[in-house]
Amino acid sequence: MSATAAPRALGDLRPLELTKETRAEIDAAIARYPNKRSAILPVLWALQRQIGWLPPNALQRAAELVELPEPEVFGIATFYTMFNLQPVGRHHLQVCMTLSCSLMGADRLFRHLERKLGIGHGETTPDGRFTLRRVECLAACGGGPCLQANFDYHENLDEAKVDRLLEALK
Amino acid sequence: MSRGPLLFQDIDTPGLVRLDTYRAGGGYVALTETLGKKTPAECIEVVKASGLRGRGGAGFPTGLKWSFVPKDSPKPRYIVCNADESEPGTFKDRELMEKNPHLLIEGMILAGYAIGARTGYLYLRGEFEYIQRILDQAIADARAAGLLGQRIAGTDVAFELYTHLGAGAYICGEETALLSSLEGYRGQPRLKPPFPAVEGLYACPTVVNNTETLMNVPHILKHGAAWYRQWGTEKSPGTKILSVSGPVKRPGNYEIALGLPLRALIEEHCGGMRDGMKLKAVIPGGSSVPLLPASLLDTGLDYESMNAVGTFLGSGGVIVIDEGTCIVDALHNITRFYEHESCGKCTPCREGTYWLSEVFERLENGEGRPGDVDLLSDLADNILGKSFCALGDAAAMPIQGALKHFRAEFDEHVTLKRCRVRRRRDEIAAQFATGAHA
Repeated sequence: MSATAAPRALGDLRPLELTKETRAEIDAAIARYPNKRSAILPVLWALQRQIGWLPPNALQRAAELVELPEPEVFGIATFYTMFNLQPVGRHHLQVCMTLSCSLMGADRLFRHLERKLGIGHGETTPDGRFTLRRVECLAACGGGPCLQANFDYHENLDEAKVDRLLEALK
Repeated sequence: MSRGPLLFQDIDTPGLVRLDTYRAGGGYVALTETLGKKTPAECIEVVKASGLRGRGGAGFPTGLKWSFVPKDSPKPRYIVCNADESEPGTFKDRELMEKNPHLLIEGMILAGYAIGARTGYLYLRGEFEYIQRILDQAIADARAAGLLGQRIAGTDVAFELYTHLGAGAYICGEETALLSSLEGYRGQPRLKPPFPAVEGLYACPTVVNNTETLMNVPHILKHGAAWYRQWGTEKSPGTKILSVSGPVKRPGNYEIALGLPLRALIEEHCGGMRDGMKLKAVIPGGSSVPLLPASLLDTGLDYESMNAVGTFLGSGGVIVIDEGTCIVDALHNITRFYEHESCGKCTPCREGTYWLSEVFERLENGEGRPGDVDLLSDLADNILGKSFCALGDAAAMPIQGALKHFRAEFDEHVTLKRCRVRRRRDEIAAQFATGAHA
């Protein structure tokens, strides 16, 4: 949870247009369950893939698609930590801080990233390239310390490796 | 080289994710030998006789769980794979699915056949998006080969299987919370009874099994219960994959016959501690279970031996803690995790984990007050057995275990007004920052 209460970003306020790919992904998702409600997570994922985060018009669209009241969709979206209700950078660096990684130096790694990027937990670099976040266990404990850059796992990290990773993520 | 007797025997075979490679190694033989040839009741009996127990953490007998599904219910039934793998210290299901997706698909079809389910859902934690892609491809390949869909392998058995991606919530590993999440609700647990076997997904009979559990099923149905019992102990038959993390020489996943002493796992399989480090304690079954001090390292890794020393085999997440680590700091880390992951539904867990964290924070910052250690114990006692689901127990039990074995270290934080070793964690980390990882 972020300590700094930045005003909530609103994004594009016009009704959200779905791309062809998003529409196809959502139709396929809805077909997998006996009711539309069950498709809410896949629908939110599809919208987040299209936009990068979930602005209010995406939540509104999700509510229409699965036929749920908007506040209920908001309640679901806020329950799960991986839905971004604020814009994130192109590379969302999610550093595991739980015990196994912590024993292997996660705290030190996180501080290194803070210094190197000049941002703290939950913040985004001004150029929109990186968002840095502390997260809980990523199921990569044997490769600690580790992080996920968007969905890609990077394990057995040290300062030199993480510096090379930052270079590679344009 | 084979990495284990059963699930890990061929895990590193190149291209095992492909259907032809999997079939060349005997894959889907259990399926063709079972569907239409053995009755569902016979399948349940074989799994019961094998003594297979749930590998996700609770260790409940799998065949017995299957037998709870009512035989006469007119409702559809569901088989659900719990691939949420969210217990800190555990990373076995990830490797199993990444490398051998078809074994899981075969296990789900067979489990579905045994309980009379025509639909299966595979619930993956949100971070496993890349595994969803691997599984979706494998499912498409199996469907194209007539192993999923209508008339599987030429029989009149029908079964459909879908993946479902979570979105970041530890609680969704709890089976009723998982079902809530799958139904499109916030992932909060439900009251039991009714148990999922009677009223689970969409209020229909449902079995939820862990990934590793389901991957044992094809082997058991193919070779029989007696064959499976060649490994393990009387009460804990078979093999288990243990995920070892922390400062050992070779962390990773190891498949062992149940009953292997913890010491052999750490010293032989993992090559012992990293140079210059000494083992202080081990969490044997994921962050939810009480830790064991070094003096109990000869305990066997099986359900009953672990229970006898006051802890659990759990999910098999073995977290090794070295002498340079403060136990209070380690428990603070775990407690902060449960505070973050408490779903907020019930008061003992939601408020209790918050207050536990507050007290830990004081102790670690040298602001511990007389009575704080007893307060921790009191808080843990007031969560244990009083929370809505097992998450509260998971937060309380490790603290009770740590107080049992390392009480003096807690007290010292109050009397010295500081943590003696906290700063050392960074120094230890610095040793690894030079690329010392094996």
